[in-house]
Amino acid sequence: MNWARKDLLGLEELSKEELGLILATAESFKEVSTREIKKVPALRGKTVVNLFYEPSTRTRVSFEVAAKRLSADVINIATETSSVKKGETLIDTGRNIEALKADIIVMRHNFSGAAVMLSRHVGLSVVNAGDGWHEHPTQALLDIFTLKEKLGRVEGLNVSIVGDIAHSRVARSNIWGLTKLGARVTVCAPKLLIPPAIEEMGVNVTQDIDEALKNADAVNVLRMQFERDGETAFPKQLEYFKEFGITMERLKKAKKDIIVMHPGPINRGIEMSSAVADGAHSVILEQVTNGIAVRMAVLFLVAQANEKIKNGPFASAQGHPERQKGFEG
Amino acid sequence: MREKARILDKDAIARAIIRIAHEIVERNKGIDNLCLVGIRNRGVYLAQRLADCIKNIEGQDVLTGALDITLYRDDLALASGQPLVRKTEIEFDINAKNLVLVDDVLYTGRTVRAALDALVDFGRPKSIQLAVLVDRGHRELPVRADYAGKNIPTSKDETVEVRLEETEGRDEVVIVEKG
Amino acid sequence: MKILIKSGRVIDPANKIDSIMDILVEDNKISKIARNIKLEADKIIVAENKMVLPGLVDMHVHLREPGREDKETICSGTQAALRGGVTSLLAMPNTTPAVDSIGHLKILQEAIKKGSKANVFICAAITQDRRGEEVNDLASLKKEGVVAISDDGASVDSDAVMLEAFRRSKEEKLLVICHSEDKQLSRQGVVNLGFTSTRLGLRGISAESEYKRVARDITLAKETGASVHIAHVSCQESVEIISRAKKGGIKVTCETAPHYFTFNEAEVLGYDTNFKMNPPLRSKEDMLAIRKALSNGTIDVIASDHAPHTENEKDIEFERAECGVVGLETELAASITELVSNNLFNWEGLIRAMSLNPSRILGISKGTLSAGADADIIVVDPEKAWVARKEDFLSKSQNSPFLGRSLKGCVEYTLCQGKVHKWNS
Repeated sequence: MNWARKDLLGLEELSKEELGLILATAESFKEVSTREIKKVPALRGKTVVNLFYEPSTRTRVSFEVAAKRLSADVINIATETSSVKKGETLIDTGRNIEALKADIIVMRHNFSGAAVMLSRHVGLSVVNAGDGWHEHPTQALLDIFTLKEKLGRVEGLNVSIVGDIAHSRVARSNIWGLTKLGARVTVCAPKLLIPPAIEEMGVNVTQDIDEALKNADAVNVLRMQFERDGETAFPKQLEYFKEFGITMERLKKAKKDIIVMHPGPINRGIEMSSAVADGAHSVILEQVTNGIAVRMAVLFLVAQANEKIKNGPFASAQGHPERQKGFEG
Repeated sequence: MREKARILDKDAIARAIIRIAHEIVERNKGIDNLCLVGIRNRGVYLAQRLADCIKNIEGQDVLTGALDITLYRDDLALASGQPLVRKTEIEFDINAKNLVLVDDVLYTGRTVRAALDALVDFGRPKSIQLAVLVDRGHRELPVRADYAGKNIPTSKDETVEVRLEETEGRDEVVIVEKG
Repeated sequence: MKILIKSGRVIDPANKIDSIMDILVEDNKISKIARNIKLEADKIIVAENKMVLPGLVDMHVHLREPGREDKETICSGTQAALRGGVTSLLAMPNTTPAVDSIGHLKILQEAIKKGSKANVFICAAITQDRRGEEVNDLASLKKEGVVAISDDGASVDSDAVMLEAFRRSKEEKLLVICHSEDKQLSRQGVVNLGFTSTRLGLRGISAESEYKRVARDITLAKETGASVHIAHVSCQESVEIISRAKKGGIKVTCETAPHYFTFNEAEVLGYDTNFKMNPPLRSKEDMLAIRKALSNGTIDVIASDHAPHTENEKDIEFERAECGVVGLETELAASITELVSNNLFNWEGLIRAMSLNPSRILGISKGTLSAGADADIIVVDPEKAWVARKEDFLSKSQNSPFLGRSLKGCVEYTLCQGKVHKWNS
């Protein structure tokens, strides 16, 4: 199959085949980072703009490294230094970046749906690097890539996601991606951090960490943000660790080869013990390495698809979908 | 799409490969320091067949690798003709080697140009030679084959399709008319 | 000036009329309604194969003037109303300043006198500045012509204040229109709570935040004997509570808006802010319950909750975008498309919900085609299909959920107090 999307906005909208294509492409790209010269000219002359409305080091750096290994030029825009503070709208910012003749916007935004909205108003590619509580597709892709690399498959695996499911874009993207690829997903969190009707996404729900670990082939541990808006009664940090923290004792009762993932940065002693984070089950650093390959694949695929759209038979009718269709979705 | 003529059949392909294998051994005065790198997709299988022939001649294995040139194309949109970017697998040092690049068809020369760029990222071979099963002309770059199975004059409205046991289930080369 | 509307199918539930008739308008009043009127007239409107209906009465409209004339003005809003077949409307008081005093009321009345093209009735605020703290001087407001009170956009949270408001509105015979929402339950939600909010990663608004407040408002109204009208009913539970109250003899009426019986929360999945309103689009089950409640009469009224917003306030991140949609120009066609075409309503039912019932609830002499009544009449082509397009709106704002949709039923003429407006389609 061919990749035909100019944007990567989330995993919900992708088919099983599209997910497979990204993962297979990422596998090829992983080799590039093992070379002496870790660079290919695939996106030579392309400009990637990292537009970050939320502070993030790891995702931003990972995208930057990925873009550079593809020979793209990278520009970083962070809220502190941008005109956002002066009240420019997201659409205006997007159009300005487009006017600079950039090719891809990689955007992190604190509002759910921001990437979807931006993509409707610009002709360049939009890659969602996390929007509100909605989706963080490349994080989930690299989690799934790591899972597949470590365990040889995704279909039929039992994967548990532990932590603040309600406010987690990582959880949502993982759930969409994993369930589409045939894994069985269990989410585990204190009751207040499980969003309503999550079962309809095709997952099991439990509040018992031992239950979540029991048959799991992998556990993905989310970062807890205790500083969040205070709207939900968060358990105290130590209490959380006692109830939900991943420890060696708990892992002893799990499958022998269970792998432990974390999107980072880890709160040691809250989400998991140091022994787990640094232990044999942990694949956390491999996730970081794989993140480069996955993001290279995504940047390459969307750039290629957009090139085809721009040069395609309907080139003149493309561009701003919003301007032809009116303001409908 | 209409099949116009069959240029090579199974036996002709086999003969061409044996001849090229002999030429490679002769030109490089043996196989010390020799390696073969096939361009994905069919070039890889042709390189493997050449390696097998050379082993029959010299009684010794020759290093072979696979090169995916998608990421070195000069036209991103054209690269989409290939559905999937595949892995490059060159698990040996190419520095100071006599490297024979293997592909199925030589046409505009752009694929070879991309392959040369890619190889440069892997090291500095002593020489790079080019072996193709079919040379159909219409070069757009100053590239020529050192070894060619067959030269076939074609028009631009035609395509040359190489079919191999490993990919299509049978060995043959045909000319297909477009439209 | 004599105007004769000939050979249309006249529907007037107040007088139990549904037949092919002629209507004669003289001096801005309906003077005669009969078969085959043979008279010289200054203007003849041939209405063969058309519906001739009482002008619609929309009891939930935000005209935005004074204060936000960039979104809508009395002039543009009433023009949009006429285009949509609405000849009378109730203007909501959440303007700047709010209609909470005689002074502010006079400002509005002055502006209406200057700019209005239709019959505008005024709803005053229940409490000062709509803060839910101090009940306004209802007696004076009533005396100066206010026909209802509402803090619409907000609910009066304090039971004590609301009880006081009901008591005094009972004395003044003023209708209380309730925006029933418990903000402590709806918090800063932006979409329906449930699978949709979970899927989109947005804060949800529970049905509970609506129906619990509906129940409270009805209970307080019952205690005082005041007339209460529940605005924009969106969920099944609210319908059930209202239905029980009605059966129990409580003086409660209610309305819904076309978006609640046309759409459900699935429309929001593309983050299109033209589907963002408060209350939010609910589940499919809720949508079906609203339809059923309309057809069995539990819901009395269809009102647009016309809420114009500029593109700057709408075409932004979903969570930041304003709530509300325009509706004056699409409500009739949407109701024909969704209710009449689907046999949930016949024409009589439609006119009750969009003209007669709101007139009776507000106590205004509208909603009929009786001889002697104001000549508020519309002529509608019931079969004509059209597509809602931004550029065709007369409203200053185009934040409509119906954009790009094909609708059935087109207003051809609007007579408002005898003045004829012909619409090119």
